[in-house]
Amino acid sequence: MKAAIVVFPGSNRDRDAARALRLAGASVSSVWHSEHELPHGTDLVVLPGGFSYGDYLRCGAIAGRAAVMDAVRAHAAGGGLVLGICNGFQILCESGLLPGVLMRNANLRFICHWQHLLVERTDTAFTNRYQSGQAIQVCVAHGEGNYFADADTVRRLEAENRVAFRYCDPDGNITADANRNGSLNSIAGIYSEKLNVLGLMPHPENLVDPLVGGIDGRGMFESLTGSLAKAA
Amino acid sequence: MLGPETRRNRETVMKARVTVTLKSGVLDPQGKAIEGALRSLGVEGVASVRQGKVFDVELETADKAKAEEALTHACERLLANTVIENYRVELA
Repeated sequence: MKAAIVVFPGSNRDRDAARALRLAGASVSSVWHSEHELPHGTDLVVLPGGFSYGDYLRCGAIAGRAAVMDAVRAHAAGGGLVLGICNGFQILCESGLLPGVLMRNANLRFICHWQHLLVERTDTAFTNRYQSGQAIQVCVAHGEGNYFADADTVRRLEAENRVAFRYCDPDGNITADANRNGSLNSIAGIYSEKLNVLGLMPHPENLVDPLVGGIDGRGMFESLTGSLAKAA
Repeated sequence: MLGPETRRNRETVMKARVTVTLKSGVLDPQGKAIEGALRSLGVEGVASVRQGKVFDVELETADKAKAEEALTHACERLLANTVIENYRVELA
């Protein structure tokens, strides 16, 4: 599988994402934000974490309108896979590829800690290596991860089973304590209508090596490379 | 000596103010924190605070309709996230 990682001024998790993808067997290239095209044959676009444009105006607002995003929109419209992590999720929301917005954490603090996520469904390109109802351990590091959308949008996301992950405790229970940023319905990640675009606040790419405390993030990247191999 | 660009700008600059505010019903934790800080400072009679943004924009045009159109475009495309924010354009 060919993955393209978009790098904006202020992206800082791009190399973590590249490493996780290579470990899962993908070939990875970087794309600068001012490009108008993705590398030929790109299967997966990754918008990495970081602080694009210093979070000026709103997180992801300026990156969401960068030149390369037209190519990313076209890729998504054609059914191509797009993964946005942390700042990448904020960019997907600001660019209109996913509904809603990530607001300042309800407690007004930057949060940085281990986090369990409930895997809501395992029939997508991003999660087919996980088990339904599995609680995976990853980490979060953000100041603006408080998912918000109007009531109709949230109802639609729930009705269409487009919530990808929810913040949960180690046993998989959805609790208020586990939802540290205050997201509506404990939403940690959502899919687009066609399930080919995923945005999430936590960092699966940082949990791919036992050296740093766990490998629960591997499932996502192995799902992606595995599902592409199946399709080919 | 002023270049032709600068001379032209001086003749045709219009000033505008764009105000972006959170829609009602959208939680504003920063506004709440400011509200609490004002109370703890002893500022009396503060019922609530909502935080917003102000953009002072200079436009190279003398045409009010065009200026308004450009600013509305700017708000819809970038300055406001209309999922959570409202905007107001005022021309000087």
